[in-house]
Amino acid sequence: MSVRGETRLWIAQRASAAVLALCVIVHLVTIVYAVRGDLSGAEILARTRGNAAWLAFYTLFVLAVTVHAPIGLRAVLGEWLGWRGRSRDLALLAFAMLLAVMGMRAVFTVFA
Amino acid sequence: MTPLRVRVWRGGAQGAFREYEVPRHESQTVLDVVTHIQRALDPSLAYRYACRVGMCGSCAMTVNGAPRWTCRTHVDKVVKNDRLEVAPLKNLPVIRDLVTDMREFFDKWARAKGQFKGAATRKDEFARISPAGERRKLADASIECIGCGVCYAACDVVAWTAGYLGPAALNRAWTLVNDERDAQQAARLRTVAGDAGCHSCHTHMSCTERCPKQLSPTAGIAGLKRAVAAAALKGEL
Amino acid sequence: MRQGSSWWVAVVHRVSGIALALFLPAHFWVLGQGLAMDGFLKWTEQPLVKAAEWTLVVLLAAHLGGGLRVLALEFLPWRDWQKSLAAGAAALTVGYGLALALAL
Repeated sequence: MSVRGETRLWIAQRASAAVLALCVIVHLVTIVYAVRGDLSGAEILARTRGNAAWLAFYTLFVLAVTVHAPIGLRAVLGEWLGWRGRSRDLALLAFAMLLAVMGMRAVFTVFA
Repeated sequence: MTPLRVRVWRGGAQGAFREYEVPRHESQTVLDVVTHIQRALDPSLAYRYACRVGMCGSCAMTVNGAPRWTCRTHVDKVVKNDRLEVAPLKNLPVIRDLVTDMREFFDKWARAKGQFKGAATRKDEFARISPAGERRKLADASIECIGCGVCYAACDVVAWTAGYLGPAALNRAWTLVNDERDAQQAARLRTVAGDAGCHSCHTHMSCTERCPKQLSPTAGIAGLKRAVAAAALKGEL
Repeated sequence: MRQGSSWWVAVVHRVSGIALALFLPAHFWVLGQGLAMDGFLKWTEQPLVKAAEWTLVVLLAAHLGGGLRVLALEFLPWRDWQKSLAAGAAALTVGYGLALALAL
């Protein structure tokens, strides 16, 4: 990848990190809330289904993760497995697509 | 005092530790220990030093697993159960025993455009740079590097990524990025960006931990990340 | 312990990131199951699963702590206290882990 491309990856990684920082804090608080409230699956879904605000929030969450996770793995694959070059980037792109598809499916199942 | 049992690396990339018994003294440095071994016990031992007073950085070696200036490392500070282990600096090819080949270290320095290049001639006025200026203060905070290689030896990313320029080269590049007289800024930003450059720094901060001059290459590299990103966003990279 | 605190935080940050990246597809798959969730949630009552869940969430908190540290180091002007960000990240993680453990 070109130096310009790698710079853009770094920017995307930090930008998505900032978005995720907010999303994760909300998510972690929600988890504790749900656990303390001892909510069942049906109870959780009752609160989340049809909720446009949560739908939007988790869509943003999924998109940010789709950017962030593969770029993070890129460094690990290169540095710890010695996997560099085009094939690594293509594999990570495929992983990103997988996260996007599965993530949005989950979002729609829970919030739509 | 109980004599020291000192394990010293002998050989090249292939080799082994050999143990020597060295008399212990009050106020003794690891360089004193290595020197004693070479002068009194085994003249075939190869090692480097010059100033022996913490100014040149030539005596850098791995002591009990950590890169240090041996002339500035008191035995008292590192000895464990009267034992010491001395090895060559990591991340550099071993020429023999405690001597490493520093060429790659300095080649990367050059590749990071770690040398000043001005555009003025003798006919021009002197550049007026205030020491209190924002950029000059940033440069000055990182300028005292003497190229000893300790940070390079400490860096995991240097070990993991062959082409990584490393903390010293990037730190020097940072001082020049902040030198308003330098005429290579665009080319320098390009060369310090990417996987071979600043973007591979994962802020382990081993360089900052170990630098004998208390410099922080991590800080300089963070600055490079910001400068490179700004240039990229402006379409100047 | 020869490595500095920043080294440990960075390693935890990396390992937790890998774990989370591997966990996410499974997480998304389960959530995509929808109504079948209750049956699945019954399975999650088992103590071993609860422990695994707690571990994953704590890894998320650890990754967040380490990530905030990286953002601070890279974007804020350099100050000496930034060397202790590692401790801050660790504190955040432990704090959250305790809070979650008490809730579970």
